[in-house]
This record gives sequence, C-alpha cells and structure tokens, in this order.
Amino acid sequence: MSAITLSPVERPDDAEGRIGLRANLRHIGALARRNLMQIKADPESMFDALLMPIIFTLLFVYVFGGAVSGSQHEYIQYMIPGLMAMMGMNIAMSVGSGINSDFKTGVMDRFRTMPIARSSVLVAKVVVEMGRMMVATTILLAMAFVLGLDVRTTPLHLLAAVALALAFGASLVWTSMLLGLAVNSPQAVQGIGMLVLMPLQFGSSIFAPTSTMPGWLESFTKINPLSNLADACRNLVNGGPVAHSVWITLAWSIGITAVTAPLAVMRFRKKT
Amino acid sequence: MAMNRIADTTNAVEVHGVVKHYGETKALDGVDLAVPQGTVMGVLGPNGAGKTTLVRVLSTLIRPDAGSAFVAGYDVLRQPRQLRRVIGLTGQYASVDEALSGRENLYMIGRLLDLSRRAARLRADELLERFSLTEAAGRAAKGYSGGMRRRLDLAASMIGAPRVLYLDEPTTGLDPRTRNEVWDEVQRMVGDGTTVLLTTQYMEEAENLAESVTVIDRGRVIAGGSIAELKAKVGGRTLHVRPVVVAELPSMAQALDEYGVHGATADQAAGLLSVPIADDGQLTSVVRALGAGGFGIAHMDTHLPSLDEVFLAVTGQRAGGTDPTDPTDPADPTDPAGTKIEEFAA
Ligand SMILES: Nc1ncnc2c1ncn2[C@@H]1O[C@H](COP(=O)(O)OP(=O)(O)OP(=O)(O)O)[C@@H](O)[C@H]1O
Ligand SMILES: [Mg+2]
Repeated sequence: MSAITLSPVERPDDAEGRIGLRANLRHIGALARRNLMQIKADPESMFDALLMPIIFTLLFVYVFGGAVSGSQHEYIQYMIPGLMAMMGMNIAMSVGSGINSDFKTGVMDRFRTMPIARSSVLVAKVVVEMGRMMVATTILLAMAFVLGLDVRTTPLHLLAAVALALAFGASLVWTSMLLGLAVNSPQAVQGIGMLVLMPLQFGSSIFAPTSTMPGWLESFTKINPLSNLADACRNLVNGGPVAHSVWITLAWSIGITAVTAPLAVMRFRKKT
Repeated sequence: MAMNRIADTTNAVEVHGVVKHYGETKALDGVDLAVPQGTVMGVLGPNGAGKTTLVRVLSTLIRPDAGSAFVAGYDVLRQPRQLRRVIGLTGQYASVDEALSGRENLYMIGRLLDLSRRAARLRADELLERFSLTEAAGRAAKGYSGGMRRRLDLAASMIGAPRVLYLDEPTTGLDPRTRNEVWDEVQRMVGDGTTVLLTTQYMEEAENLAESVTVIDRGRVIAGGSIAELKAKVGGRTLHVRPVVVAELPSMAQALDEYGVHGATADQAAGLLSVPIADDGQLTSVVRALGAGGFGIAHMDTHLPSLDEVFLAVTGQRAGGTDPTDPTDPADPTDPAGTKIEEFAA
C-alpha cells in the first residue's frame, strides 16, 4: 500500500483530539451524502415530500374550500401559506423512525467509534431533511400557482415565509430525532409522532380561522406555534401585520432547537 | 496475573478491574487484561461471557461502572476522542450501511477518516480487491451474503490502518474458505504492526491467530496465558473412536490402558471413546492396541479441544454461559469451525 493513500487531508495534531471546523464540515458532507444515497436506493422514501403537497392541496381546496371560505380562490389564499407551515412538520415526522431503525443496524456503532464529532451524524440528517422540505415546499408552491395563488406582497416576502417555515421545520427535525433516540421501536416513534402531530395541525389556524372554535380550543390554537407560523406565512403572502407572529415563530424555533438539539446529541452519545 | 497499575507503553491494550453490570447481570465483573504491542490476544468465552461488552468498553461505546482501561496509552474514560483515532472495530453484528454499495461504504469511512476524495477512492478499491469484493463493489450491501458483509465490515475497520483492531467473533458463521481469508488478512495486519484483540468461541481460531489467550466466563477471567500454556493445561488433541459394538467400549479402554495408552474415557451414551493424544506415535499405538484386541472400528477422528473441554480442563466445570439449545454453541459438533476434524480411514 502506498504512503499517499493513507495521508489524511489534515493531520490530527490537536492533542485533545478535538475536531476542527473544516474537518467537521467534511464529515457532515460525507454523512449527508450517505443520507442522499439512502434516498436514491429507496426512492419511495421521497413520496411524502413529493406527493403530500399535491394531495393535501387538492384535497383541502376542493373538500373544504367552498365550506370554509365560500370560494375556492379565497381558500387557496388562506390555506396554502398554512400548508407551507405544515410541510416541515410532516417531513420531520419520518426522521425519528428513520434514525431509530438506523440504530437497529450496527452503522451507528461504527460512527460512534470514529474520530468525528458525534453531532455530525445528526447535523447531516438535519441538512438532508431541510433539502426534502425545500423540495416539498417547491412542489406545494408550484401547485398553488397552477391553482391560482397570487402573492399580494413581494417575492421577497414569499421567500421570507419559506425561510420561516424551514427554520421551524428544522427545530421539529431535532425534536423528531430526540424522540427517535428516546423510544424503543420505529413503530413507537411513528405512533407518538402521530399523537402529537394531529392535534397540533388541526388545532391550529392552518385549515380554518379559529374564531368559530369553542373557547378552550381557541386558546389552545393561540399558543400553538403552528398557528403563529401559519399566520406569519399567510400575512407574508397576503399582506397584513407580520412582526408579532414572525417573532413568536422565530422564538419557538430557536427555543425548541436549543432544548432538543443538545438533548438529541446527548442521547446519541449515550444510546447503547 | 500480576498487572502493572500504571499505563504501560509496551502494552497496546491494558484493562484493570473493569466492571459493567446490567441490573443483576454482571457482564464484566473485574476483568484484567494486557495485550503487548503488535501481538494478537484471543479472548475466548461462551455466549454471554462478556466478550462483546469488553470490546464495547474498549471502543468507547459504553462506559464501565468501575475499573480503568488504556488503549495505545489513552484512557477510555478521559481521552475517548484521541482513542478513537487509533482504533478499528469490527463488531459482532455487521455495521455496514445496507443501502450503500460496498465501494460507497468504504469511501464514506475514508472521508470520515479525513482522507482526501482521491485517497478515499484508492483506499476503498485497494481493500475491495484484498477482500475479493471488487466484483460486488457497485452493488448495495443489502444484497450481500453474510460472508461478504463480514468482509466488507472488516475492510471498513481497516481503512484507517488502525494501531489497535478489535474483532468481535470475526468468523462466526463463515464458511471455511472465507474464514481462512479473514485469518490471512488479520495476520497481514499484524505483520504491519497492528495490535489485535480478537474474541472468539473457537479454540482453533485462537490457536491460529493469537499468541496469547484470555478465557472469560460470566464476566470474569478464568484462565490466561500463552497458547502453549493453555494447551499444556488442556492437553493437545483428542482422538474419538466410534466402535462398531458400543458394548465393547469398556473393554476397549482397558485394552488401551494395558497397551500403555492412558486416560481413555468411554462415553456409553454417545458411543464414543475419547483418548487424549500427546504425539502422533500414540495414534499408532491406539490403532495397534485396538487392532490387536480385534475390536471393530466404525469411525475415528482427532480434534482440538472445544471451548467446552477447555473450560472443563481449567475450571473443572462446564462453561456457565453455554446454552445447550443455542445454535451457535461452540460445543455443537456440527459446527464446521468449532472442531478441527482429521479424518482417518474407518
Ligand atoms: N445492553 C444490555 N442490557 C442488558 N444486558 C446486557 C446488555 N448487554 C449485554 N448484556 C448481558 O451481559 C452479558 C454479557 O453479554 P455479552 O454480549 O458481552 O456476551 P458475549 O460474550 O459477547 O456473548 P456472545 O458470544 O453471545 O456474543 C449477557 O448476559 C448479556 O445478556
Ligand atoms: Mg458477543
């Protein structure tokens, strides 16, 4: 074997064995590539990102459209921004069960005995999931434009809405991974995920204005961060006050990430 | 075993009183071990002895409850990051990514070990070649046979040319040809200066690869030393004789005794006569004695002591963790790697 073959890009000179930033980025890149190749090997795992936006849009516009807004066009303006908020949550759902089954194989053991930051495995996963969310959001918007959505503000506002939905989505990916690492089976992850997902989605302003709901439910939707996100996206697309809901959503995103990301990395480190 | 308490640089692996309990189960119950640099240590033990737990402690996957361990001078508890730079691990259960091809698996490991793209590709191809995986390199590991997976796993743990390599039952479930390939690669690694800690249930594997062995059972070291020392305790080969007439077993044993071949035991239930063999001359003596006595012989073979017999010899009792219904039981006579059969004309 030649000497060149084995010379690392950078010598691990640090006596503490810490991983430098460049090395860390390279590791995240290699691991994200792995996640992408897993998708390539199992294209069905992209069905949620590809089909969900199409099915949801058609379903909700034509089933609820007339009833909720009186007009399908008005309902598109109302609901599409809400669906943007929902994409992240649905995409994030599958991450937890995925990471849980990853642990059933020995791959994670190999990663954990290698000289890489243990967070890099999880960060790579977040990166790829953000990519999946972008795909889903792009399809959703394409559908919406076909059905006649107008952006009544500016394209920049629309981008801001997408970015906000992604930021919140990222915090949910961390939460989902934490759940996946804390629970025993992929099925349990899915079960618990659904239990959390359904009330949060439907008990929000995503599908219908909250003013017609009973008082207790209305108070729940007020504190539900998905309502804030949906309101923020809606006003970014249709015009209206955004500052309050944007700040609240950002605070939720940062807060959730700040709590669940370190916990997830810690679980990952300790999981046997 | 007398052991120096201070990290000794001539030992690549040092384990001092390591304890790991899972509730009531004492997976490791005060294990001491030292592996000199550049040598192979065989850790021999039945199912549930604590072999995997020991390997997991030494590769920073689990923290021991008590005791200390050093690998290449690094403390498993205090310097896990440095330690991970010098080890390679092939776990008991394959740890390759099923969705990725063999080549992509190795390339990924190379990149995680800070090889440049080009170097990672070259290294992957080199190892694929060495483990005869070149042909399957582009296929997803999902479709690999057990032996191919194992080989890919071994290749993955060798990408970084680790100073210390752990192999947890590397050949369990492999056919003899693949097993020999694995042994050759391990020997080659050792030739390059790697220290190897190998767990196994097979005396033969330990004898082929290791200079020294540590026998563990229920989390405790019950014997240790060089292969030669262990064999001196256990005895060399055993000759099994299956007579045509089982009822003749006692008289056969007596005939051998009179001929000067001692220690033969008759197992009526199995219909077998077991004779410890110290040298080849004794084989001839046995054949002569039985021939002279006019006994009919249906079958004869010699084999190395099984793990069970090693236990019997060093502890005077059968292995504690051995589950008779377990298909991987080392004492299972149908297991091809468990015993070394040398057939004789019947
Ligand atoms: N995570 C765990 N939780 C509970 N008990 C465990 C755990 N890991 C190991 N044990 C127990 O510790 C004991 C030693 O297990 P270990 O896997 O180290 O044995 P082994 O020697 O590798 O066995 P085998 O030959 O079957 O691989 C067993 O009784 C096992 O049940
Ligand atoms: Mg084991």
